[in-house]
Amino acid sequence: MKALSIKNLTKTYANGTQALKGIDFSVEAGDFYALLGPNGAGKTTAIGIITSLVNKTAGEVEIFGHSIDTELAAAKQCIGLVPQEINMNLWEKVQNVVLNQAGYYGLDRQLAYERTEKYLRALRLWEKRNDNARSLSGGMKRRLMIARALVHEPRLLILDEPTAGVDIEIRRSMWEFLREINAQGTTIILTTHYLEEAESLCRHVAIIDEGRIIEDARMSVVLRKLQREVFVLSLEAPLDAAPQLEGFDAKLIEETELEVEKGPDTSLNELFVQLAGMGIRVVSLRNKANRLEELFMRLVENKQDGFKEVADA
Amino acid sequence: MNLKLNLVAMQTIVRKEMIRVLRIWVQTIVPPAITMTLYFIIFGNLIGRRIGTMDGFDYMQYIAPGLIMMSVITNSYGNVVSSFFGAKFGRHIEEMIVSPMSNATIIIGHVVGGVLRGLLVGLLVTVVALFFTRLQVQHPLIMISIVLLSSTVFALAGLINAIFAKKFDDIAIVPTFVLTPLTYLGGVFYSISLLPEFWQNVSKANPILYMVNAFRYGILGTSDIGIGTAYAILIVFVVGLFSVCLYLLNRGVGIRE
Repeated sequence: MKALSIKNLTKTYANGTQALKGIDFSVEAGDFYALLGPNGAGKTTAIGIITSLVNKTAGEVEIFGHSIDTELAAAKQCIGLVPQEINMNLWEKVQNVVLNQAGYYGLDRQLAYERTEKYLRALRLWEKRNDNARSLSGGMKRRLMIARALVHEPRLLILDEPTAGVDIEIRRSMWEFLREINAQGTTIILTTHYLEEAESLCRHVAIIDEGRIIEDARMSVVLRKLQREVFVLSLEAPLDAAPQLEGFDAKLIEETELEVEKGPDTSLNELFVQLAGMGIRVVSLRNKANRLEELFMRLVENKQDGFKEVADA
Repeated sequence: MNLKLNLVAMQTIVRKEMIRVLRIWVQTIVPPAITMTLYFIIFGNLIGRRIGTMDGFDYMQYIAPGLIMMSVITNSYGNVVSSFFGAKFGRHIEEMIVSPMSNATIIIGHVVGGVLRGLLVGLLVTVVALFFTRLQVQHPLIMISIVLLSSTVFALAGLINAIFAKKFDDIAIVPTFVLTPLTYLGGVFYSISLLPEFWQNVSKANPILYMVNAFRYGILGTSDIGIGTAYAILIVFVVGLFSVCLYLLNRGVGIRE
């Protein structure tokens, strides 16, 4: 079943800006879906239309089969939104922010209290429940917005840059939490500028640029489209010059650091066999750039020769 | 429409509004009480003694219903306009927009919140008035129904103001340049029978005149206008303004791009 289905969605703002130029995509129920794109690409507009915060110009949106044109309330009931900007009443108590949202979704008071405790505890905010929301740190406010979005236990959770400005420790704990929620059956759509985050969490990725979807596929398929990858090898002993490696381009960055570019037809096994044959021992290895980030830059900036072949592959 | 969901959602908005009113009681409850106490002291006690009677009542008694009504309508209006615009400004109105509750529920929840604040302040002002004069309610049902309808009208008007407001100045313009003059010229301090005929007719175009006089009729049993006319005008305003609010929210005016 489709959690979300979007057909020929367009949005032209009053000032004439065409934010969406007829996008189509769908998200399977249970998926963890990344919607990526540079600033101003149309991600937040698309999310705004799905969640009724923005009026669409044309097109169709269905959430679990409910059209936002004909069954808006049923469609809204399925969605939980964690927006990009902080949008809570900062003068409210933390607990009331979540309780109020539960009320807006029709949860009776008893259930609202139970769910509020459940999600505030899960997001490590229970101790802060009687504090004003404005007293929370940036990361806590973001976690509070997640708790608020989950209180009615939506089938589709949409997170618009939920970890922006959040330190790495909290970010990783949020990742774990989102994985658990997804494993329990909640479909998740995530937009983020941390492509490492999307690569780590998501099974499907769509890239939107200038109001158009330019890539939409399983994460593994997208990553396989990368023709070349660059690895940095730390060596046990220093070298005077980069070794000649058949099928690889090697460059010595420092005496004990070798950068090797690998094509699609070669394997790391072949690389290690050649290096071992030369008596070069590798202590550690890392991918120079985040793979998704590299692909993203190629798709969006359209800089590299052969981009079309990559995109169409 | 899911009735239970909307009922719970409406209760939530009302509870949130009341928590807000009581949390900032120094801004919401105390100022009208102080202002009205000053009105009673200056207009009622000091100046009123020299005025004598009006429509057969001493001046303090005569102005008391008008002052109570004035505090009710300005606070009903003020509560909704500041709360709803504050929610727009702080973007937490999005909490309501993304939820499945209907736009009618959003309107009713805010209006009930505004009416409750108006009644709370009105009750406080009544208590203050009782320190200065005696009030014997002649028609309690008329008094209650008129105060409820009047505060509903102004709560709805406040909501329309908030929907169109883009900055804080915009929520001060209507109370300052429209509401206050209409209130002062709405028969709070005088009977329009004192005015020349032309100005009596002009006064009859002021809806607040009907609210103040109908409320005064409920308490004192005297009025410059027909009570039936007042009810008709108030009901037309309630239905009309509610319809306008619903139309604006359904169109997303001021809340959706």
